[in-house]
Amino acid sequence: MDGLYGKGLLQGLSITLKHFVTTYLEDIRWLLQGKRRYFNAEGIVTRQGVDASGIFTVQYPEEKLPVPEEFRFIPFLLYEVDENGEKHDRCTSCGICAKVCPPQCIWIERTNDPVTGRPVPEPREFYIDVDICMNCGFCAEFCPFDAIKMDHDYELAVYDRHKHNIYDKERLSRPVSYYASIRPTNYAREEAARAEAEAAKAARKAGAAAAAANQ
Amino acid sequence: MSEQVLDVEKKSEIEERFPEGVRRDDRKGFEGYIVEPDKLIAFATALRDEFGYDYLSSVTGVDYLPDGFMEVVYHAYRTTGGPALVFKTQVPREKPVAPSLVSVYPGVNFQEREAYDLLGIVFEGHPNLKRILMWEGFDGYPLRKDWREPFYEEDGKPFKSRWPEGKVYRAEDKNPFNKNVDYPAGFDPEQWTPVAETAVYAGIGRLEQPVSETALTTDQIVVNLGPQHPSTHGVFRMVARIEGETIVDLQPVMGYLHRNHEKIGERNTFIMNIPFTDRLDYFNSMSNNFGYVLAVEKLMGIIPPERAEYIRVMMAELTRIVNHVSAIGFLLNDLGAFFTPLLYGFIERELILDIFEAVSGSRMMCNYFRFGGVARDLPEGVFEKVRDLVKERLPRKIDDLDTFLTNNEIIRARAQGVGVLTAEQAIAYSTCGPVLRASGVPYDVRRADPYSIYDRFDFDVAVRYHGDIYDRYLIRMDEMRQSLRILEQVIRDLPEGPIQEGKPQYQVRVPAGEAYGRVEGPKGELGFYVVSNGKPNPWRYHVRAPSFINLTALSEMTRGNKIADVVAILGSIDIVLGETDR
Repeated sequence: MDGLYGKGLLQGLSITLKHFVTTYLEDIRWLLQGKRRYFNAEGIVTRQGVDASGIFTVQYPEEKLPVPEEFRFIPFLLYEVDENGEKHDRCTSCGICAKVCPPQCIWIERTNDPVTGRPVPEPREFYIDVDICMNCGFCAEFCPFDAIKMDHDYELAVYDRHKHNIYDKERLSRPVSYYASIRPTNYAREEAARAEAEAAKAARKAGAAAAAANQ
Repeated sequence: MSEQVLDVEKKSEIEERFPEGVRRDDRKGFEGYIVEPDKLIAFATALRDEFGYDYLSSVTGVDYLPDGFMEVVYHAYRTTGGPALVFKTQVPREKPVAPSLVSVYPGVNFQEREAYDLLGIVFEGHPNLKRILMWEGFDGYPLRKDWREPFYEEDGKPFKSRWPEGKVYRAEDKNPFNKNVDYPAGFDPEQWTPVAETAVYAGIGRLEQPVSETALTTDQIVVNLGPQHPSTHGVFRMVARIEGETIVDLQPVMGYLHRNHEKIGERNTFIMNIPFTDRLDYFNSMSNNFGYVLAVEKLMGIIPPERAEYIRVMMAELTRIVNHVSAIGFLLNDLGAFFTPLLYGFIERELILDIFEAVSGSRMMCNYFRFGGVARDLPEGVFEKVRDLVKERLPRKIDDLDTFLTNNEIIRARAQGVGVLTAEQAIAYSTCGPVLRASGVPYDVRRADPYSIYDRFDFDVAVRYHGDIYDRYLIRMDEMRQSLRILEQVIRDLPEGPIQEGKPQYQVRVPAGEAYGRVEGPKGELGFYVVSNGKPNPWRYHVRAPSFINLTALSEMTRGNKIADVVAILGSIDIVLGETDR
């Protein structure tokens, strides 16, 4: 150990002191600009941003950190509302989500048409045991119909998990507009891909019709 | 990806040295040598002393139920670098007895115990062959293919009950609490004293001291540290025999967080294992993903596109910084600097976790890597955030941490010269990562056996020579700076392009064979040994957990130190129980 004994200790403590003082200096700087650093969105983003200095913590639940678009927590099912106000599930009960689910927490009940006996697309029931769900997001990633997506709502505490934590289809269903609101970028990209696929399909149909007409 | 296949010349050399009892493993997709059990010790000794394979990284067993034998698989390396030498020994399932290699490589101690515990392979000559992860009195060997767990449904996922007639039920309702244990007839659990407990106490060494005529005679006592104790970083227990305040001997007791990750992994399909690896070392899910996808990609024979490789390295190095700031913080906690250093580190960790969250959707359970790429490209603004962090904030903050702690006289007094592990011991005990490098062995998988695109980057392997707590602290500081160097190069070179080889698939086809994927995780060498038989589920899935194997050396490090130092020594190894107990 070289130099004065205790020098290293004092040097270290200067860091703590700087951290303590910076908090108040920053507060004053903000106040001089007529802004408050706490309990507003700008303050939270700055306090937790790359230039963060001084106090770093957020006073949850009064203050909440914004979640990024990709944030994932418990899946939900999408339905579309047609012009008559009727709901149509996007889900076709193909079962891919249930097959890829690592903890196997998805149960799907497929229905058969009583007349033809063939499966109908919309599931009769769709259960997710959220006690078991590990929020991996595979179901949303591999769904070919964009029918199941991951939610942003992370405040799901209940008093009795035995009664409330198996979500049925009703509890899981959300309108497409909700999805568009929480994941705008993903939604825009998927809709564009859909429109493209539709156009390609229509073009193929038109081409086939034209070919048939030519013959 | 390094090739583990040996060059022809060396191969003949080993075969020449052992004309009998050693043959090449010529099963399709397999590699290395198969050694007869009675030749094993001679073979291993020759490997270590004549061929320079001084580091035995991984030992595990595989149950080949249809073929009627069990196999013990060893992966040996040279500490000077290079690919693995794989050797195996096969024993009949009815009488699985193999010789123990503890006398040649002391580092296999816990790993052989684990193979005994989970597969029932008896290692003859092992000094302490007892269950290590399961409790005493447990019936059966859970990793055997014919063993079934309490909530057994089918051999492999996906379960047929989920679709198309999904009648939902809760697993607990089928097997309610209190009705899920069977005792032998006439057995009363209340009256039972575990034999293993007594054996643990009896098993730890006693120091015989000459009776002094002038001084008072003292008695050695046994102290339990943990399992419920904040200094153990989880649920971990150390049984120490002390003489006054000095440790005479110490034995780690673990398995409190055991969930048989490997059995779950064998029920899962290949892709389902990726989110499960997040839960091993929950501080570093990114590098856990990395190791696992490397192993499976090796089997599948695919290489991810350039951009994906760069993103992978970016995430792996960021997670190293996350781990090291926390590890240093927790070490300081253990030294008595309560929470201030830790929370300063956590500020930087928080900022990096924000990046992980934006990229993968989750802060800690990232589940970001896929076979042949990564799950998604960097969203808008993430690259800029990484750049700002790496170029501006983190170097400054690491310097702050340095000023804050490195020259602190109290830390120096507590950490210097305590918990020393020499280079020879560090290699013999198969320690890895910062523990190995702090003891003066410059062994880093990124340099010694480069995977992914690590051969392109310019960085130094951090190495320190005293092997004490202080050097294990310094080495983490050094490594963070080296990680920043790598990150700067990643930011400079990150190419545009696809992030996934081929189409993302939920059911991948993995050809039959074996593969060992290893990465230099922040805690050390993290390896995944995967055996596929061409089915959707892996036949064998083994994790070489660095925290678990580093604990083999704990007893050696603590002996002769004071009891208050044990906590700091454990903190300097930086264990995480999710990975240790698996």
